[in-house]
Amino acid sequence: MWRKLFTSVPAFRALKAPCRSFKSSSRGAEKDFFKDLDAQLRAFRDKAAAAMPGSDWSPIELTPGLPPERADVVIVGGGVVGWSIAYWLKMKARVRDGLRVLVVEKDPTYSQASTVLSCGGIRQQFSLKENIMLSLFSAHFMKNINNHLCVVNEDPVDLQFNHSGYLFLASEKSAHIMEENYRTQRYVGAKVALLSPSQLKERFPWMNTEGVALASLGLENEGWFDPWSLLNALRRKAVSMGVYQCFGEVTGFKCAANLAETTDGEVLNVQRIKYVNVRMPNSLEYQPVECAVVVNAAGANSGKIASMLGIGLGPKESVSGVPLPVEPRKRFVYVVHCPDGPGLDTPFLIDYSGVYCRREGLGGNYITGMSPEETEEPDISNLDVDHEFFQEKVWHRLAHRIPAFEQLKVSNAWAGFYDYNTFDQNGIIGLHPLVPNMYFATGFSGHGLQQSPAVGLAVAELILDGGYKTIDLSALDLKRILLQEPILESNIV
Amino acid sequence: MAASLLSQAMKRCSAHTCAAVAVRRALSSGAATPSVYTRFLLKLSHYFYDVENILDWNNWLRSQGVIHKNRLFGYAQKNFGNNVAAAYYILTLRGSFRFAGQSEWFRPDSRGRFSYDFMSTPDAKIEEVDLSGTLINHNGLENLVKQNKLQTLSLRGCPEVDDWFLARLHVFGESLVELDLSHCSRITVGGLAALQNLRKLERLDISGLPRLQNPGLVRILLEEMLPLCQVSGAEYEQGLIQPDSQEQTEGHHEASTHTGLRHL
Repeated sequence: MWRKLFTSVPAFRALKAPCRSFKSSSRGAEKDFFKDLDAQLRAFRDKAAAAMPGSDWSPIELTPGLPPERADVVIVGGGVVGWSIAYWLKMKARVRDGLRVLVVEKDPTYSQASTVLSCGGIRQQFSLKENIMLSLFSAHFMKNINNHLCVVNEDPVDLQFNHSGYLFLASEKSAHIMEENYRTQRYVGAKVALLSPSQLKERFPWMNTEGVALASLGLENEGWFDPWSLLNALRRKAVSMGVYQCFGEVTGFKCAANLAETTDGEVLNVQRIKYVNVRMPNSLEYQPVECAVVVNAAGANSGKIASMLGIGLGPKESVSGVPLPVEPRKRFVYVVHCPDGPGLDTPFLIDYSGVYCRREGLGGNYITGMSPEETEEPDISNLDVDHEFFQEKVWHRLAHRIPAFEQLKVSNAWAGFYDYNTFDQNGIIGLHPLVPNMYFATGFSGHGLQQSPAVGLAVAELILDGGYKTIDLSALDLKRILLQEPILESNIV
Repeated sequence: MAASLLSQAMKRCSAHTCAAVAVRRALSSGAATPSVYTRFLLKLSHYFYDVENILDWNNWLRSQGVIHKNRLFGYAQKNFGNNVAAAYYILTLRGSFRFAGQSEWFRPDSRGRFSYDFMSTPDAKIEEVDLSGTLINHNGLENLVKQNKLQTLSLRGCPEVDDWFLARLHVFGESLVELDLSHCSRITVGGLAALQNLRKLERLDISGLPRLQNPGLVRILLEEMLPLCQVSGAEYEQGLIQPDSQEQTEGHHEASTHTGLRHL
């Protein structure tokens, strides 16, 4: 290092040597000498300061951004679910360094993350009471978000929440399901109102109520918000409480295997994760992180993480042959501009045909989309938008419901992945019998954002307390996949 | 190394967050500029974690005070009925109200003391409520939800009234006729969209809301949303970009995008 301090001096000497001509050039050489002297002295001063204690220079070149060598909990996936789990783990473990939590995220730009590409809606109009309780808790969390997530000396959190509510429309066939759901929702505590077609027409004159038998409007705690603000607020608070963040990809696990025998006499390979291999971006270098618990909150890539442990790769009849049924499904969101469209009272409208639409801002822009049929799922290798889908499938249904949308212009569109649970489209939370220290919090099929604060608390309670304390989510446990008992939601978007 | 990065990040944020925190506290305390003492404390908190913790406890204590004021008056509700409990709650917050069928207002005096005459009419529902300048928030509304004859609600200058409070006002959808939301600094357009449930609203005051960027446009949208309602407090020209001040607004826009980037 000391050699580096004096390399400047030979360079200066080399500069002076070639200038051998007379007068003007020698004066030029003198000017160079003083200019260079200034720069050389400054460089010397910087290097001396770096050599003094208190600077962060070190002769050993370390890769920047490596995760710590050991952590207590490693959360795979830095989306809103992952950071919510990290935040609640630290909140429950009150001691400052009592629990070392590491969140590993593959993409620092979040370019393909489902969190930031979501429409950002939150609703309580589900048919399953666990789903209603999850999103009610999340709404209460967001109501008091500054009490939970404010950091001293930083700006207060602003979610830009629009309280316009969700409006579900039901046809003749599904009106009874809607009434049943309404009863469940009111029982659990959601504030929902049922509207007849005439009340609907009087309330929202811009809507065409043909074919609508019943509608259900959320009065409170429903609307949409900015998912990036929530993610950043959770991340900022978690980092301020001491959560480690690492940008890298989980490429494998190192496990200790034990044999266990089931009641049927079948011998299963139970793997306990000892190390998580985190590979650095654009490099082959990886760091094995020794850990006690791993949480799979990887969203659309959860199936890939599960298959790294051999879940789903065993013989078809055994427990190890059942894969984690979470796969990425691409969904399109189109931003349209319609100057004569519905005004400030536009709720998040969800038609019984599957098309949805909500207001965006005050300038006559709307966000719309539709879930495609099971057989026509778009290709998931990239996030390219299919504009033909809008022209052929979405537009005429939208214009049928809102006549003003016959004149509109598509100004923008994007696509994002759902972490789609192909089994029953509801979240999967809990342990897998073959991997006793991996907790799953995935498969929310488009509802992950709105349920994330509550799911984070639930998983933190599972890890630290061993069971659910606030909301009982035993119905969403992973074992329903292995027992082949789906719990289905009556209306999915 | 992490500590030096953190301190660098703090220093970077310190310039505008110092102003933001100071302004927020100044707004809540009602003073025009923060006192020398407050500024000194803020400056110290950039250097010492202890001072930062003390400021944190101060904020926590203040928020606990607001929570205590807005607790559910369950005992009063169970023993004296919803109307008496609601009346008691309003008076403890230093608000005033008038029962339906009576013409005199129940008000606390300047020291916050009030008479308990409202307990003599437990069946009378409340018709007009003036909660200006009080610390009511969305939790406190739980004490008032059963007042389905409420016609006038004044929330002028309430610092804790925000969009979530407005979303809860749907319970008065059948009766509320007049709503005054002026100078409530936390209200944004997202909350005003929730007023669509108040179908009988006739008078709405939205003056002095600092977080509305386009008050004129919001007024037009509100009038379209609630056809019976007269919206006051915002002129149609407010928020419009004037052609001669185009360069000033562009410069402003650049400055705001810079601060936005710094947040990231």
